Amino acid sequence: MTTVNRLGELERAIMDVLWDTDTSLTVREVSARLTERNLAHTTVMTVLDRLAKKGFARRERDGRAWRYCPAATRETYVTELMLTALDQTGDRTAALTRFAQSVTGVEAEVLRDALEVIEGSGEGDDGN
Amino acid sequence: MTGIEDAALLAVVAIGSALGASALPRASWPRRCPAAAILLWQALGLASGLAAVGTMIGLALPASQGGLVLSMLRAAGLLRDGELFGLARWFGLSQADGAPLVLVAVRLACLAAGLALLVSLCWVLLAASVAALQARRRQRALLTLLAHGDPKVPGALVVDHPSAAAYCLPGLRSRSRIVVSVGALELLGRGELAAVLAHERAHLRERHDLVLLPFTALRRAFPKSATCTGAQRAVALLVEMLADDRALRGGPARELVSALVRFGTAGTCPAPAGALAVAEGSEGEVAARVTRLLQPARPLPAVAVTAVCLAAALLVAAPVTLLIV
Repeated sequence: MTTVNRLGELERAIMDVLWDTDTSLTVREVSARLTERNLAHTTVMTVLDRLAKKGFARRERDGRAWRYCPAATRETYVTELMLTALDQTGDRTAALTRFAQSVTGVEAEVLRDALEVIEGSGEGDDGN
Repeated sequence: MTGIEDAALLAVVAIGSALGASALPRASWPRRCPAAAILLWQALGLASGLAAVGTMIGLALPASQGGLVLSMLRAAGLLRDGELFGLARWFGLSQADGAPLVLVAVRLACLAAGLALLVSLCWVLLAASVAALQARRRQRALLTLLAHGDPKVPGALVVDHPSAAAYCLPGLRSRSRIVVSVGALELLGRGELAAVLAHERAHLRERHDLVLLPFTALRRAFPKSATCTGAQRAVALLVEMLADDRALRGGPARELVSALVRFGTAGTCPAPAGALAVAEGSEGEVAARVTRLLQPARPLPAVAVTAVCLAAALLVAAPVTLLIV
């Protein structure tokens, strides 16, 4: 596994821990909740620091330690991802290409008719 | 050749390209050979930009100074040597040679307009590239945290969301991603999913995003221009058709068509009120792709394809020659 993938997996595992906990956590508490137990304290700290820098995690001082919590819920991020994907943010960047846009009205009717014709002529669909 | 003659020829190229770009969306042959049509679109874009800049700079230049590029190099030499007065005289921008003040002012205005156009075109392209790269980086970061694999769609990432979405994030080989939502997995059968993946892989492999980028940049820069909007929509549709054609190599058209129809009619996620208005740009595009797949037109004959490629080459060669020679 490449370093980048490994780092990504760690970020994801640690965000999962943060999302699944209601309170903010110290590095030690995050380590304890990870399924992969033999991680170095500094590794977890580095990844949490990265997540904070990227804006995915927020941190606050608690005595001498930092406590971390997610900056937003998992659902918020999924919604952001999907809004961009469906081009409904109103921001027409050339960032990604969608398979097909949603259609409405007459065009949708025409398409539904077309699908019925194909399904009628097809020799059995595999799946669905 | 004089600056004015150059400018006149370049103006003809610029106006011709612009007229061509506003007529091309209405032509029906492009969907019979999307690749050749895309090449022609690129040539039209490049030629009109170069020629428009060249026209204005050509008007600013004095007579008999060789090509525009050579003239600009000579001007840059004078500028480097600090001979600002010499530069101004050489450009005909001073009254020392008895040039009327009006002519000097017109030349100066043309030079400024030409350079401003050149800079703004480059800027628009750069800004669009940066915006796209940033949006993709954000998407990749989010996907790292949220997406997972699924045996139903090998090589793609799955996002847990009920509405149907399938898209690709272009980039260098290791950075490109194909993303499918759980809604799409539920909506489509195995064959349909394979067709969608083949379509998206074609986008990534052939870097269709790079083809589309300059047209998207122009559309964003000139949202009121019907030509820019029409060009971007036409090229976006052609790129989809090209990817559809590639997807057909791996499976029957039926799977791709039913995937398209299911996607098109599935509706979208409950977006905030008003957000759906963005879909206005898609009118007829899915239907056009479906019609094309169901009733394939005869492919464009080789002679016609050659003619289109030749026209594209000439279109770019004309302003480049005028600018250099």
